[in-house]
Amino acid sequence: MVFGYLRCYVLLAVAASAPGGRPAGYDPQQLATYVWLGQGLLSVVLLWGWADLAERIRTGDVAADLLRPVAPLTAYLAADLGRAGHAMLTRFVVPVVVGVLCFPLRIPTRWQTVPLFLASVLLAVIVSFGCRYLVNTTAYWLHDARGPIMLWVLGAGVLGGLYFPLRMLPEWLAVTLWVATPMPSLLQTPLDVAAERDGLALQAGLVGVQACWAVGLLLLARLVQRRAERRLVVQGG
Amino acid sequence: MGELRAYAALAGAQIRSVVSYRTSFLVEVLSNVGSTVFDVLTVLVLFRATDTLGGFTFAEALLMTGITAAGFAVADFTIGSIDRLKTHVRAGTLDAVLVRPLPALPQLLLMDLPLRKALRVVFGFVVLGVAISLNTIDWTPARLVLITVAPLSCAVFMSAIFVISASLAFWWVDSGELGSAFTYGGRDFASYPITVYGPVFRNLFAYTLGFAFVAYQPALALLGRPDPLGLPAWAGFASPLVALAAATVAATVWRVGLRHYRSTGS
Repeated sequence: MVFGYLRCYVLLAVAASAPGGRPAGYDPQQLATYVWLGQGLLSVVLLWGWADLAERIRTGDVAADLLRPVAPLTAYLAADLGRAGHAMLTRFVVPVVVGVLCFPLRIPTRWQTVPLFLASVLLAVIVSFGCRYLVNTTAYWLHDARGPIMLWVLGAGVLGGLYFPLRMLPEWLAVTLWVATPMPSLLQTPLDVAAERDGLALQAGLVGVQACWAVGLLLLARLVQRRAERRLVVQGG
Repeated sequence: MGELRAYAALAGAQIRSVVSYRTSFLVEVLSNVGSTVFDVLTVLVLFRATDTLGGFTFAEALLMTGITAAGFAVADFTIGSIDRLKTHVRAGTLDAVLVRPLPALPQLLLMDLPLRKALRVVFGFVVLGVAISLNTIDWTPARLVLITVAPLSCAVFMSAIFVISASLAFWWVDSGELGSAFTYGGRDFASYPITVYGPVFRNLFAYTLGFAFVAYQPALALLGRPDPLGLPAWAGFASPLVALAAATVAATVWRVGLRHYRSTGS
């Protein structure tokens, strides 16, 4: 919550002194929407550390997961979607209400924005899950995934668009990030959709990019998981 | 001497344990520097869109970011691992610390030796150095003293905030997010000119909690700029006093909290 106020005030100050008052194409209302919905989505998308799987690999408990009739990837995805749904109902609402009370937020002007936003959030959760799962599987090789998880938390925060909207970067860099990495699909895309930063066609296109990353990451996670299972040596008694 | 040997044993065990997973440890060291790099990068990106932020130029704002980055890195390196206290309280493992014939605070600090944070201290001071060279500062003896004292005061102040935030665990067992709102939130708050914040929020953080004296006021004093918010020019030199006051409060809260601790009973 404190971070919401911090980022909102700083970005509004940027808007106040930027020529034209629209830094990177956001007006003040859109910036406030961007910040506060971002605070809400943080715990839905779970940008922070998630070490359940890495911890089970380290302790060897993962052997029990492999014996179950459901593939670990599917089981963890199902659990994560449930967690995200719950967070959407509980953790998302509070920061958004605070934002509405303290700052002028943008009310969507197009009806398509709401369904597109919800689809975008769902895809963001899947992309985030895919990344987190892959980061955790490094523990199969490194035995301890604390370093990779920290690197992920850091990268996801900055390149996902939490600290500042990625549109503030030079355009070639922002476009490269969008196409070459899944990071902007984590937070930046749903927030741009909610703030109506772009026209409808571009918004739909960005959500399409998210969908490609979601599918690609799940396939990659399945491949890595199979590889890992083949070389897994469960430590301990 | 015996005490020193006990501390050395604790520290040695920690060093061996953190470097035993070598690749993971190296990645962790780099990530830690990265977090400060990205804080500075954020300031750079924001100034791409505008020439002044809250009435300050990039060089002036970077001076505030630099003091905060250097001071916070020192505080996080020396005392930051205290934020694991909540885990020890919840699991009841604090009991093991309390039955040993050594003070609890240094033991806790040595139980999680943050080697991975060392490089960040260096980077924090590099940022401060760059910020000083970008500004034209009219060096007087008083300002020379201030530039050495300000990062240290910031470190003491931030350490106090770390201890107070961690001590919340003695009263509210699950205090993680509330605590980090003040430690990391305070760092972010002090990294920018406080003129950008709304009045209620600013009064709470800057004056009630004292974060204005961490970097903003010392930076004004170094630059020789009058405070747009009206505090007199000597306010920048008050930062060691504010840090001392915060440390006193932290010591009291820590002692009261430790006496309040009632294990988990399991």
